[in-house]
Parts: sequence; structure tokens; C-alpha cells
Amino acid sequence: MVRFILSKLLFLIPTFLGITIIAFGLVRILPGDPVLLMAGERGVTPERHAELTAQLGYDKSLPMQYLDFLGRLLQGDFGNSLVTKKPVLDEFLALFPATLELGLCAIIIATLIGVPVGVLAAIKRGSWFDQISMTTALVGFSMPIFWWGLLLIIFFSGMLGWTPVSGRISLMYYFPNATGFMLIDSLLSGQEGAFGSAVSHLILPSIVLATIPLAVIARQTRSAMLEVMGEDYVRTARAKGMPQRRVIGVHALRNAMIPVVTTIGLQIGVLMAGAILTETIFSWPGIGKWMIDSISRRDYPVVQSGLLLIAALVMMVNLLVDLTYGLINPRIRVK
Amino acid sequence: MKLLSHSLLAVSALAISAFAAEAKTFVYCSEASPEGFDPAPYTAGGTFDASAHPVYNRLTEFKKGTTEVEPGLAESWEVSEDGTEYTFKLRQGVKFHSNDSFTPTRDFNADDVIFSFQRQGQADHPWHQYIPGVSYEYYTSMSMPELVKSIEKIDDYTVKITLNSPEAPFLANIAMPFASIVSKEYADTLEAAGTMEDLNNAPIGTGPFKFVAYQKDAVIRYQKNADYWGTAPLIDDLVFAITPDAAVRLQKLKAGECHLMPYPAPADIEAIRADGNLKLDEQAGLNVGYLAYNTTVAPFDNPKVRKALNMAINKQAIVDAVFQGAAEPAKNPIPPTMWSYNDAIADDPYDPEAAKAMLAEEGVSDLAMQIWAMPVQRPYMPNARRTAELMQEDLSKVGVNVEIISYEWGEYLAKSMESGREGAVILGWTGDNGDPDNFLQVLLSCDSAGEGGANRAFWCNEEFSQLLKDAKVTADPAERTALYEQAQVIFKDQAPWYTIAHSTQYVPMAANVSGFVMSPLGDFTFETVDIAE
Repeated sequence: MVRFILSKLLFLIPTFLGITIIAFGLVRILPGDPVLLMAGERGVTPERHAELTAQLGYDKSLPMQYLDFLGRLLQGDFGNSLVTKKPVLDEFLALFPATLELGLCAIIIATLIGVPVGVLAAIKRGSWFDQISMTTALVGFSMPIFWWGLLLIIFFSGMLGWTPVSGRISLMYYFPNATGFMLIDSLLSGQEGAFGSAVSHLILPSIVLATIPLAVIARQTRSAMLEVMGEDYVRTARAKGMPQRRVIGVHALRNAMIPVVTTIGLQIGVLMAGAILTETIFSWPGIGKWMIDSISRRDYPVVQSGLLLIAALVMMVNLLVDLTYGLINPRIRVK
Repeated sequence: MKLLSHSLLAVSALAISAFAAEAKTFVYCSEASPEGFDPAPYTAGGTFDASAHPVYNRLTEFKKGTTEVEPGLAESWEVSEDGTEYTFKLRQGVKFHSNDSFTPTRDFNADDVIFSFQRQGQADHPWHQYIPGVSYEYYTSMSMPELVKSIEKIDDYTVKITLNSPEAPFLANIAMPFASIVSKEYADTLEAAGTMEDLNNAPIGTGPFKFVAYQKDAVIRYQKNADYWGTAPLIDDLVFAITPDAAVRLQKLKAGECHLMPYPAPADIEAIRADGNLKLDEQAGLNVGYLAYNTTVAPFDNPKVRKALNMAINKQAIVDAVFQGAAEPAKNPIPPTMWSYNDAIADDPYDPEAAKAMLAEEGVSDLAMQIWAMPVQRPYMPNARRTAELMQEDLSKVGVNVEIISYEWGEYLAKSMESGREGAVILGWTGDNGDPDNFLQVLLSCDSAGEGGANRAFWCNEEFSQLLKDAKVTADPAERTALYEQAQVIFKDQAPWYTIAHSTQYVPMAANVSGFVMSPLGDFTFETVDIAE
């Protein structure tokens, strides 16, 4: 098992290097530069432009800039935002818990609903339940998130008044960010009603963010179940006279879970993409909104280091997924 | 950790006010996160609304709701005969705010004024680069480095600023956010503690509200400054709930999650007007949207050709379709709310037939041109693409074939300033300080027609530029007005731009909000607001 983990970790190094190049390159491929965007309609003289560019270190050649970036990364320095002038890592750590909290809620909703729906649809293949749930999943998968979020806000918050419109907690409550996770902080604060307020603020954004992963998980579970249920060992189990619940729950589901776990792992990337829009609509102070603001301002250090940190996280999650296979299926770790 | 302790103290402070039964909390659904809380290094209005306006004061201030300059931290001033020496008498007994790391031991005085200007102007000042990479773009772009010769302390409550040349808009310039007065004593404390960056994180000023805490991209909290030297605010707590999307802001306003919001979507205006729980303030904006020809390239170097093109475009149609009526058709480069606006000038009539004849007279036929449409929405231009399409259609009727061009925003700004640029550019301007010089000099003078300027017509008319220069060194407002009025006559005659519109600014708020005053400069300030029970 240790060798298995080590070999996986070793593989991360070249991947990580590749990501630094992509993160560094992507933001520089975009036209427009930060100095011009700061100046706006006002314009900036060529001398002042050169001066500011040099001050930021962007007058050097691209390979030199990249080596600078890499060198500083190795010392744990992710650079400072051009806009707020604060260390990128500090900003990331301040905003990340909000995204993580939202992402976790979304993936839990998606899994808790998606897996049972997929299993049921597979068992009752061709039934009305199968058809309705899979059609709904297709619609969910193609849902334009911005429109969907706004629709839910207008309906549930605007017309029915059931949920708050946006934000993480009612402005009435105010306590220090002990952990950055609003659910935990609101409990720690001991203020009456704070936890409930935090939960109510999480509902709509979690649903919006969960929509696409939920659809994917439900469809993936259904097809994995169908495949497994045609296997010999399932037929054998049935032939032995094993109860249906045990056949499905133990023999089929456990084997069908491997591709499903992979899918759930891969949804982390989808979640990050969805977080950009979801956080913007719901004024959710997380890293999705932070990245999109930084891209539009060409805040190079934030974009490149932010991308890198997000990629590192996705890699960690994928590693965890790989390790989970080992738990589900011992043959994988032996190999 | 530092921030945490800041906020811990703030909690106790706020808890008191929260539990005091009568505490009034006003929530503003702001649009964007502030870049920082030191107003000097930044240029965005959203940043100033969160820093310069609630927390700080300046020597001079804009009188609420106007662009008139009135005394601020300077009680009075004298200007020398030649207009180069300004002697400011400072207000006494003004207290700076305090927070958990700083309690002022003295009142505001001349040292604070000198510190606030010198840190921006002197490259070797210890606070010039207090955060690596910081720069003072407003100070630079208002030509303060060339303008200010010296700044001296005469005594604790007298400061003399000497200019290299007379500059009539100077008093308005120093009422702008970049000239906010910061506490030198606080700066010294931070320097000693090695936490200089806190000048940008935990601001200390003399303004109507004290900064309490900021959670990035989420919430900013302020508390009423009970020791405020001016009229104390009517609300106890001020909260900015940062909400970037206009549709969501409106939903929050409707749901009672905030009291007031900026920048509603034009399409929502009618619904807001119809909503009994809301009210809507409106005001002509201090802005202009325009199409700038390249006046150095044939045939656009011929004023008659430009005039003919201007007559071929239906302005009212653009105002109706693009601005949804929320704008005034523009005939001058400055908006009608600005002093010296020349209302005697008649706009070029929309007359395609006459335009066609004029083009033929100038020997222009089969003209093909580009119109550049900016990719972003700005307060002066909700949809440049649509505007360009309407222009394209109108111009095709007089035989001009228009190709619409667009670039990414940063690229657009850069390429549109390249000399020899092909095509006419849609762009605009929002005033900084309410002075006509801030429009005409920046956008249309010979000085700004070169590289790095903002004169995108590259239009250099000596007579026009001379009038601006004369106006700049004239102290008498009546004389200045006459000069600017004359300059607008030349502008209209020479037609370097097609002036499009001055857009209206709207501020929706809950019906129980009173006392909000719209600023022609687009600032959002809350010391006069109140909430009815």
C-alpha cells in the first residue's frame, strides 16, 4: 500500500510542473495587459507604461518570468496580487473554505440523490421512473447555471420568500472567522439562529452547484449497475437464491461503485467550473469569483498561482480517489 | 491572526450596538469589492465608496449633490495673486478614528496633510512604496507631480502648497479621493510595528464612519463616528453587502436584504418604478459617450466630411434602442449638468439627404470605414455593439460602408490610441472632479493627442487648445465659463466626435430610506441617510 501511494505521489511531480507551465502561459496568451486595464479610458504614457511594467517585472522575457515564478514557488512564495497587493496564498486561504463548504454540500447532495436514483433506474430499467429520471438528468446536465441560479432566486427567494437571496449568512450575525466554514463558525459563535441562517443561505447555491454533478452521477451509476448486473457472479448469486436486496446491495453495487467513485472524483473539476458562476450569482465569497475577477483584471500572479493551487487540489482529490479504489477493490492495490 | 484580532475587538464593539435596541443598520448592496482601503493607489469608484467617502476627509470637499468645492479639513484658504500659492487654514479639534492597535494621541494637524501628499509625490519617501508595487495613478494622472512645487508647514494649522503654474481646477483636484488625508501618527505606529500594509487593510481617517471589518468579497462593516467634526451620521452601523450581479442586487433589495443598490439593469427600471416598496432616484450623469474619428487620416481630416457623417446618424434612435430612453442626446462634449455647458449650440440635424449631398460636394464617394465597438458595458455606454450596428445601418443609407471592429478591452484601449489608427472609435468618459477641464483637456486638447493621451480623435486645434490653457490659469469663474463656451463652439464646428449621449444614473432604494443624495460624480455616500421605522 505504501509503495502504491509513493508511486502515485512520484507521478505528481511532472504533472505539477506541467501545470505551472500551463497556468503561467494561459494568462499571458490572453490579450491585454494589467497596466492598460488599470489606466482605463484615461490612457497611460509610454514612459509610465514602461515604468509600471518594469516595476511589476513584466519587462523581462517570458522564460525569465517563468523561472522567477518557479523559483519563488519553490520557496513557497505564490506572489502578490497586482490589485490588492496581498499575498495570493493568504487570499486563497481566506476564500477557499467558502468554496469548499459549498462544493462539499453540492457533492453530498449530488451523491446522496444521484446514486440511489441511478440504482433504482437500473433495477427498474425501462420503467417510467427510469425514463423520467434519465430525461431529467439530461436536462440537468445541460442546464445553463447562471440562468438556473437566477430562476431559483426569483422563485424561492423573490416570490415565495423561503430562502435568502444571496450571501453566506444574515448580516445580523457577526462573529470572527474561526475556521472559515460558516456552518462550523456559526455553531461556535453560540449566537441563536446563526446556524439556521447559514444553512438557509447554503440551500440554493448548493442545489445550483449540485445540478450538473447530480445528473452525471445518476447516469453513470445507472449504466455501471446495468453492466454489473449482467455479470456471471450476479447471476450466480441470484441462482443461489440470495435475496434481491443482498444481490444488489453487496454484489452488484460494490463493483459498480468503482466507475462511480471515479466519476465523483472527476466532478471536482466540474464543481470548480460551476463555482465560478454559482459564486458570482449568489455573491458567495469563494475562489471561483476571485478567479473570474482576477482574469478580467489580468491579475497575473493571482491567476497563475490560483490556477496552480486549484489544480493541486484537484490532483489531491484524484489521488484520494485512486486510494479509495484500493479500499473498494483490493486487486487494484496489489497491482 | 492580525486580522482576526481586529475583528474580535470589532465584534465586541458591534455586539454592543447590535444589542442596543435602537441601533440602526443601513445595508448597501455594493457592486464590487474594494481593491484596498487606502484611496491613494486606486482608481475605481467602488473602492472610493468603501474607503475615501466613509472613512476619510480631504482639505476641500465636494458639496453634497454638487461639484461645488466647499471647505473640508481646511476651514478656509487664500490664493496668491498669481494663482500659484495656496495657503490652507486647517480645522482644529478634528479627531482621527481609533482601532485596537491605534489610539490617536493628538488631533489632526498640518503634519498629516504634508504626509498625505508627500508619500504620493516623493519617490524616496519611506511610505512611497509601503507595499511593493504600489503606484499613485490618480496623483500622476491629475498632473500633480508636475504641478506641485512644494508643500510646507507654516504652523500646526497652516499649510502652504506652491504650484509651478496657476491651475484653476486645483481646489477641485484636491477634493478627489486620492487626496484623502491619512494620519501620520497612525503611519508612524504601523511603521514601528512593521505592519505598514495595514494602512491599506485597517484604515484610520477622520470621516463620518469608522472602519470595523472586511471579509473579502462578502461584507464590509463600518460604525458611526460619534466624534465626527461635521454633521454626525443618522445611522449607527453601515454595512456593504458585496453583490456583483445587478439582477441579484435587485432581488436583495426587494427581499429587504439591503436598503439601497447601485447600477440597476436598464431593463429593470420600469419594474422598479412600479414597485410600491421601492423608490428610484435619478440624475443626469456626469458623462459622455462618443464616436471619435481619426482626424489625421483622409477623408476624416476634413471637418465637412465628419460633419456630414454626423448628420447621417439618427441619435434619438440610439438613445431609444440602446439606452432605453435613459439618456440625453449629446450635442456638446461636456454634460448639461456641468457648469459652462453651452446650451446655445444647436446639434447637427439628422438629415441623410443633406449628408449625402455634403459628402458628394467634398468628393467623397464609396467610402468604407471601420467603427470600433468596445466589448464592455460602461456607465456612459450600455451596449457599444448595438450602437455601432445602428450607426452602420444609418451610414449605409448615405452610401458609407461600415465594418464593425472589436477587441478585448485592454487591447481596445491600447489599439485605439495608436496613431494612424483606421476607423472611428466608440468610447466615453465619466468626470472625476466636475471641472470642464477634466473633460476637454483630457479628451480633446493637443497635449493629449499624442501617445499615452486620451484624445482618440487625435484632434489638435490650436485655437481650441489655447482657450483651454487660458481657462486653466484664469481664476474668475465667469471668465472661465466664457472661454469654455467658446471652446464648445469650435468643437461643434470642427466635429472631431460624433457626440452620442449623456446617460442617466439611477439609484433604487427601499421606500423607507430618506436623505440619500445622489452625487453627480457617481459617489455613494451615506452620512445623510436615515431609515424610517
